[in-house]
Amino acid sequence: MMNIFTWDVLSGVLRTMIALSTPFLFAALGETFSQLSGVVNLGVDGIMLLAGFFAFYAVFLTGNVWLGLLLAMLVGLVMGLMMSFVSVTLKAQQGISGIGLQMFGLGMSSLLFKVLVGTVTSVTGFRPVKIPLLGDIPFIGSILFNNNVLVYSAFLLVPLSWWVLEKTTLGLKIKAVGQNPAAADSVGINVNRIRYFSVCLGAVLAGVAGASLSISIANLFQDNLTSGQGFIAVALVYFGGWSPVGVLGGALLFSLANSAQLWLQVLGINVPASLAVMLPYVLTIVVLTVAVNRGKQPAALNKQFFRGEN
Amino acid sequence: MKVMIQHVEMKGIVKRFPGVLACDKVDFDLKAGEVHALLGENGAGKSTLMKILYGMYQIDDGSIVIDGTERHFHSPADALDAGIGMIHQHFMLVPTMTVAQNVALGQPSSRGFLLDLDVVSERICELSAEYGLKVNPNDLVGHLSVGEQQRVEIIKALYRGASIIILDEPTAVLTPQEVDDLFIILKKMVKEGHGLVFISHKLHEVTALCNRITVLRDGKMMGTRSAEGVERHDLIKMMVGRDLKTLQHRDYNPGPARLEVRGLHVTGDRGVESVRGIDLTVHSGEILGIAGVSGNGQLELAESLIGVRKVDSGSILLNGTDITNLKLNERIDQGVAIIPEERMLDGAINDFSVQENVFLHDHMEKSFRKGIFLDFKTMAAHARELVREFTVKTPTLDTPIKNLSGGNIQKLIMARELARKPSVLVAAQPTRGVDIGASEYIHQRLLMQRDSGTAILLSSEDLDELYELSDRIAVIYEGQIMGIFERKDTDIQTLGLLMAGIKPGDPPKPEKVIAACED
Ligand SMILES: Nc1ncnc2c1ncn2[C@@H]1O[C@H](COP(=O)(O)OP(=O)(O)O)[C@@H](O)[C@H]1O
Ligand SMILES: [Mg+2]
Repeated sequence: MMNIFTWDVLSGVLRTMIALSTPFLFAALGETFSQLSGVVNLGVDGIMLLAGFFAFYAVFLTGNVWLGLLLAMLVGLVMGLMMSFVSVTLKAQQGISGIGLQMFGLGMSSLLFKVLVGTVTSVTGFRPVKIPLLGDIPFIGSILFNNNVLVYSAFLLVPLSWWVLEKTTLGLKIKAVGQNPAAADSVGINVNRIRYFSVCLGAVLAGVAGASLSISIANLFQDNLTSGQGFIAVALVYFGGWSPVGVLGGALLFSLANSAQLWLQVLGINVPASLAVMLPYVLTIVVLTVAVNRGKQPAALNKQFFRGEN
Repeated sequence: MKVMIQHVEMKGIVKRFPGVLACDKVDFDLKAGEVHALLGENGAGKSTLMKILYGMYQIDDGSIVIDGTERHFHSPADALDAGIGMIHQHFMLVPTMTVAQNVALGQPSSRGFLLDLDVVSERICELSAEYGLKVNPNDLVGHLSVGEQQRVEIIKALYRGASIIILDEPTAVLTPQEVDDLFIILKKMVKEGHGLVFISHKLHEVTALCNRITVLRDGKMMGTRSAEGVERHDLIKMMVGRDLKTLQHRDYNPGPARLEVRGLHVTGDRGVESVRGIDLTVHSGEILGIAGVSGNGQLELAESLIGVRKVDSGSILLNGTDITNLKLNERIDQGVAIIPEERMLDGAINDFSVQENVFLHDHMEKSFRKGIFLDFKTMAAHARELVREFTVKTPTLDTPIKNLSGGNIQKLIMARELARKPSVLVAAQPTRGVDIGASEYIHQRLLMQRDSGTAILLSSEDLDELYELSDRIAVIYEGQIMGIFERKDTDIQTLGLLMAGIKPGDPPKPEKVIAACED
């Protein structure tokens, strides 16, 4: 058996971890906004799939990654509007509408892929951009500072989200709407508008998450490309206690599990592949049972808001 | 500050809800520098009338005139802009946020889209000092007492520049001392030129605080009186439509102990110990009142007595036999009757008919069965008898009880429970949300039951009611009994202090220092 504990392997595992955490970060930070406003969007995975497909298809046709990214965000926005319309305006059960969205995204992306592309083809996605000086630091440089724009943005999104939530009037409104919509309403905040905004923001970010899978990590599309990562992203929000920093911790932990699992296979270590693949999902279940602090859960999460009258 | 409103007039206000005429051509007016009380029973339309003024409901007919100009408010934001604020019966606060965040919420910030909590805090401190509100901008609202939360609501209204402030039953949740404190604050506000609407159904508060009193009954205005020299029974008559019977003061001859509680410890829903070592005895022929501000363990105590909450340690004896480990059903069979706190949740099944609700427990009784079948004829006769005896107003026995008013549901539950001739009755807030007429009836029934020898444990947040009915009163505070008194040996003031955790002879609590407001 070869020695797996070398610097090269470790740096490889960590590099993969950083890359793999990108879709988790986008999707889970977006879902954090959505949930803080009181809406659980279980359709994240579906959004990632459909947006991921469109990003891939745009790059497949034009080779322009930015066009792909833009299209993914648009798909996210449209699906976010669908989710908000059904669960905020029509006040349907959020769990059901989310699952509907997920199935729509899964089915639609498979269908379009079969009709428009047919076979698995790879494309050239976002290329790494080495940051001057920082990128030259031994070991760390290649892990942290030699990534593509999407990866950098995902990590910058963590402090940015924190700042919006803690320091702006918008953040205060979002949290108030998720904690006590009647109170927010009584001081003239438009509860539905804030929820639409938060759900759509979450969905656009889920779209970016999908793009980061199809045109940054895998650089291809296939049926069910996400294999449930959107659901893990939802779980990460609970794990992270509805805080961006918590989400970051969770995203890194899960990507590490994923990355380790991949490297075990790459190195040909004798672990049944199906067991290795299971690892992140098992981790999700274990963590959710053990670590979630329900005390921080927005009090109006998953509850429709009805005004006093009618 | 905005220009102070001098005169608000509501003329011929009509508001319909499906099947209810909540306001029927009501006239109401308020001047700067006065407290105008809105008095009336539950469902009289007080909240509705004021929610109209606050822009939450739209009128079907009538007009609102402010300082001579007719106004239409389409939302609370409109009303706030015009200088009208409202403090709701259920506070509109976000418990996970600080006082300053709650005040800033929905208000334009001096820094655009960035929060300006330091500026807000400063203004809170100013207002706090000006009106004697004692509020710390950095406290988490969820950690504040009910009285403090109410002051946060007042600050919110003042911060938004409200010159007219509507207070919807502001005293319902307060201890007597907190009520006194609130009145001092309100009087200060009036002196500063604010106009206040004070909604209540407690006569003595209304006469103590207000300048004018308007009475509503069933959506109709019954008249406006000046508070000076007004007769209590006149107001009651306007509210209820008839005179109330006064309760006679009764002899107190307790019999043998029926219910004994020894060293009871019980854990509440949040995992904290809610009942911390309680000893109580209730005798045959007495009403033992449990006084306390809500959330001090009275709910958990009642729940453990009837067997729906696990006891950690200690014991409960019924007529000398240990029932600590018996289930609810078994306790009922042993002679415990229950009037639960949430009648719609725990006392009855909303979609079941009147008759079905009467037999929720007793359908297994031999007298209501024919072999293995139910004897509907006898059951209907029994139900009809109870409905008649307890004057439950219902169209038929088959009416689902969700269509009955709160008072009638409560009477039905009471009829069902008392029909079993219980040896112990646990009554938790039996008149909460029940109108005065039905409350009066329930009070009389409780006293009759006491005279017939039942031991009654009564908990109520309405200290006046508790004091009127009880032979002995135990004050509960943070899960412990602060003292048990015979009614004749105590008064409402003493009880109120104990409810706040202050024992007679204790040095007065040090003034809370508001660190954030000091330079
Ligand atoms: N949003 C609503 N929808 C339907 N009916 C209502 C609504 N609000 C109040 N009502 C009805 O209007 C009447 C007056 O209620 P309310 O103003 O709350 O009375 P009060 O505050 O005097 O207790 C009651 O019969 C009540 O059931
Ligand atoms: Mg009311």
